[in-house]
This record gives sequence, structure tokens and C-alpha cells, in this order.
Amino acid sequence: MGLSLLMFTGASQFALVGVIGSGGSVWAGVATATLLGLRNALYGLRLSDLLNIHGARRLAAAHFVLDETTAMTIARNSERARRLAFWATGLALFTLWNLGTLIGALATHALPNPRVLGLDAAPPAAFLALLAPRLRAREPLAIALAAGVIALVCLPFVPAGIPLLIVALLVAGFGLLRKTK
Amino acid sequence: MIWAGVLVGSAACYLLKLAGLSLPQRWLQDARIQRTVPLIPIALLAALVATQTFATGQHLVLDVRAAALGVALIAVLLRAPFLVVVASAAATAALLRLL
Repeated sequence: MGLSLLMFTGASQFALVGVIGSGGSVWAGVATATLLGLRNALYGLRLSDLLNIHGARRLAAAHFVLDETTAMTIARNSERARRLAFWATGLALFTLWNLGTLIGALATHALPNPRVLGLDAAPPAAFLALLAPRLRAREPLAIALAAGVIALVCLPFVPAGIPLLIVALLVAGFGLLRKTK
Repeated sequence: MIWAGVLVGSAACYLLKLAGLSLPQRWLQDARIQRTVPLIPIALLAALVATQTFATGQHLVLDVRAAALGVALIAVLLRAPFLVVVASAAATAALLRLL
């Protein structure tokens, strides 16, 4: 519950829970969640131009910098409409997201063994659904496939959670060292 | 211990968002950084899909979760909404375990 209020960036939250749940150390989970949050810094970069927010408001606005708010904001034409889109999307998401988390937290006590309901198959499907919109070109698709294979190859030999960090380092190195066209 | 992780991870994710809004534009505008940062979530999400489907602890396993992922993939290709994708995978695993 605290995770939804404080972290409020879905993919990072799922990753933190996923790594710890599969036996990884808390800190491997934190590192993975943080790396997944890196993209929000780039969204912030786009938004700071478009929204022109300063002072204390910026501190609040930062919490709402997400895939969804960025998408809604950059689609608007005027600064007024952009600000409205940003705050409306951010507040609506924040409220519903945390309401959903609360319902989920209360409902777990009423559930039987999660495996019987197939709930262990839910997180990979959720990650796949988050991943799919980013794969509309050949290169990201190749990177995704390679990342999956590399993670599985490393997995038996290193502590849980570490395969993700290996993959993150490799892709960062690949991106930075690659020749520019 | 878990709560310490939650707090540190949350702080890190928040500071990254704030940094994007606050840092001078040119710091993050380097072309290589612009190209590299979007690749990181792609690789991490793919690695999460793979490890949470084909492994239990540190052992590679092939079980009903693979079939569930296949159903999820079909749902994604059909552009089903997020909840439908997740629910179809869970339902597939649950049904196959019943058999």
C-alpha cells in the first residue's frame, strides 16, 4: 500500500515486488525498480518545457511524471490545456491506483492459495502487456528477446534479482557504445 | 528491511522524476543518453517476463506458466486491454492446474 502512495510508477512497483517475491534481496529489487524509473527522468525533461511549472508546485508535479500523464500532456496544443491534462490525468490515476491497491490489500486475506487461482502467472503477463507497446520496431524487439535469453542463462549461476541487473548493464553499455549513424 | 527498501526505492524513483523536471535541459539531451534510456525498461521488462515465467528460485522450469504466457501474448497481439491480458493468463494457469 505504501508502495503505491510513495513510489507511484507501476512498472517499478511490480518489479520491486517481483524480485523480492521470487527470492531476490530487497536491494536487488530496489536497483531494478530504480532503473525502470529512469525513463521518468526523460519524461520530466519533455514536460518541464511544456508545462513551465516552478517552485513548490514542481515538487508535487514530479510525483505525477508517468507514462500516462506524459502521453496525455504532449498531445495538447496550448500550455493551459497541457497543464489541465497533466494535473487531471495525474490526480485521477493517483486516486484510482491507490484505491485499487487498497482493495487488493484487503482482498488478499480472503483469498485461498494464489497458485490455485493462477496468480503466479499474472505478473509475467502484466510485464508483457507493459512491454508490448515499446516493441513496435525491429531493434527493440531484438533487444527484448536477447534480454530474456540472457536473463535465463545467468539465472542458475547468480543470486535472484542479479540477472536483471546484468541485463540492464549490458543494454546500457550497448546503447552508449553503439555507433551513431 | 523490506520497508527500508520501499522507502529508498520510492525516494530514488521520485528524485529521478524531479531531476527530469529540474535539471538543465542540455544535461540529459546528449543523443546517446536519449537513445539509451528508453532501451533499459525494454530489456528489464523482457528479463522479468522470462525469469518469472521459466524459473522458480534459481531453477529453470517449464510449467503451466509458459502456456499462460502464450495466452497473454495472443491477448496482447489482439490488443486486449491490460486487465484482460493479465486475467487470461491467470485463468489459463488456474484451469491447467485443475486438469
